[in-house]
Amino acid sequence: MMEKIRELIEQHAGLPPGAGEIADDTDLYRAGMKSFASVQLMLAIEETFEIEFPEEMLNRATFRSASAIAQAVEQLSSGSMAA
Amino acid sequence: MKPLGDVAGASLAERVQAAVEAAAQHAEAVDREGRFPIEAVEALRDNRLMGFAVPPELGGEGAGLADIAPICTTLGTACASTAMVFAMHHICLANLIDCGLESPWHRELMHRATTEQLLFASSTTEAGVGGDLRQSICAVEADGAAFNLAKAAPVISYGEETDAIFATARRDPDAPSSDQVLCVLLADQYELERVSTWDALGMRGTCSHGFRFKATAPIEQILPRPFADIAAESMIAGSHILWSSVWCGIAADAMAKAQAFVIAEARKSPGSPPASATKLAEAYARFRTIEATIADALARWAAMRAAPERAATVGFSLAMNALKVSVSTTALQVVEDALMICGLQGYKNSGPYGLGRPLRDIHSARLMISNDRIMAGAGQMMLIQRPAAARRA
Repeated sequence: MMEKIRELIEQHAGLPPGAGEIADDTDLYRAGMKSFASVQLMLAIEETFEIEFPEEMLNRATFRSASAIAQAVEQLSSGSMAA
Repeated sequence: MKPLGDVAGASLAERVQAAVEAAAQHAEAVDREGRFPIEAVEALRDNRLMGFAVPPELGGEGAGLADIAPICTTLGTACASTAMVFAMHHICLANLIDCGLESPWHRELMHRATTEQLLFASSTTEAGVGGDLRQSICAVEADGAAFNLAKAAPVISYGEETDAIFATARRDPDAPSSDQVLCVLLADQYELERVSTWDALGMRGTCSHGFRFKATAPIEQILPRPFADIAAESMIAGSHILWSSVWCGIAADAMAKAQAFVIAEARKSPGSPPASATKLAEAYARFRTIEATIADALARWAAMRAAPERAATVGFSLAMNALKVSVSTTALQVVEDALMICGLQGYKNSGPYGLGRPLRDIHSARLMISNDRIMAGAGQMMLIQRPAAARRA
């Protein structure tokens, strides 16, 4: 899953060319992700993992880093499986 | 520095009233001369209203946005420039309190904010970023334990009167334009060079001149949180709420004049209610939506702040954007309604019903952070907004 998330970040986060290596815990906002890019990234993640972020998860913290996104995706996927 | 006013025994309402009277007394001169409302700000200081948001353990009263907003409105009925200075100052102070409680230097400044009733201003816009709060060109340049900062600021409201400037800048010379920090700069740590003069239609007392400034200050004065978080989680919402409260005050002033005019007309023709009474009721319906929208925003703000992670969701941000756009538009309509009610008596600059100043002042509301820009940002957020009813099971 991590690999897929990193790929989506590369495609959608709109990071400037000089942003350097994106580690799992790199702060994407500090690396240059702007608000519209974060919207695009979120939509791509929803589509790829077939999940839907609830309102209370639509905040900056959820999309701050690859590992934060992974945690959110895991939480939502396990939730739907349990249901 | 003159000693601060003794407020022992004076209620908050009395303290506010004293400042409102000073603001009202000088509002016309402030507007005409385009000068800083020094008498009103001194009255706010004398009544210890500049530092009352500071936590009690640092000498303040711990006032929150719900305490500050109604004062912005009351001041706005008397002098919109004073009200806006008060609002902008308290947004800076809120940033300091939100981010600085762990930092000894910032705690000391909070203490001074209340003991010395300091005035704070902000410098967020910069030449070349097209009015985008979330981008900087200038950068913090570290030099040992200090840093240098040079910024071209097309606007710093009351930049020449403030005791400190809260300036955004890139974190370091290699950082992308959106990786910003908020630097607190004391008046003796920078040199301001005025490059343009604020001679505007309204809000003339905010003295929002353009400047170039150069500062050198210790690195510990940079607020520890990234500006992106400060902006998203408190500053933008706080600004929208306090600015809207100021605009509500301008609209309330226009409503009061319109009502006085209608009452005078009714007295002249007893027996038949004047036609303008219906217009007054329509204006009041609009005005009520302003008050209700602000009350709703304050409730959302309180709920957000009470949550342990204080995370502003997309829904919260959309509500705050809607507040700004709706109040700035509706308040202008209310002042225009009042003008139609008072007619030429409202158009005249002299006399009890003159609406020139409120009309000119309220025209700033849609422009300070342009509503078009806010709606463009909100449009992006609408793509991911999740109304509860539309959620998947």
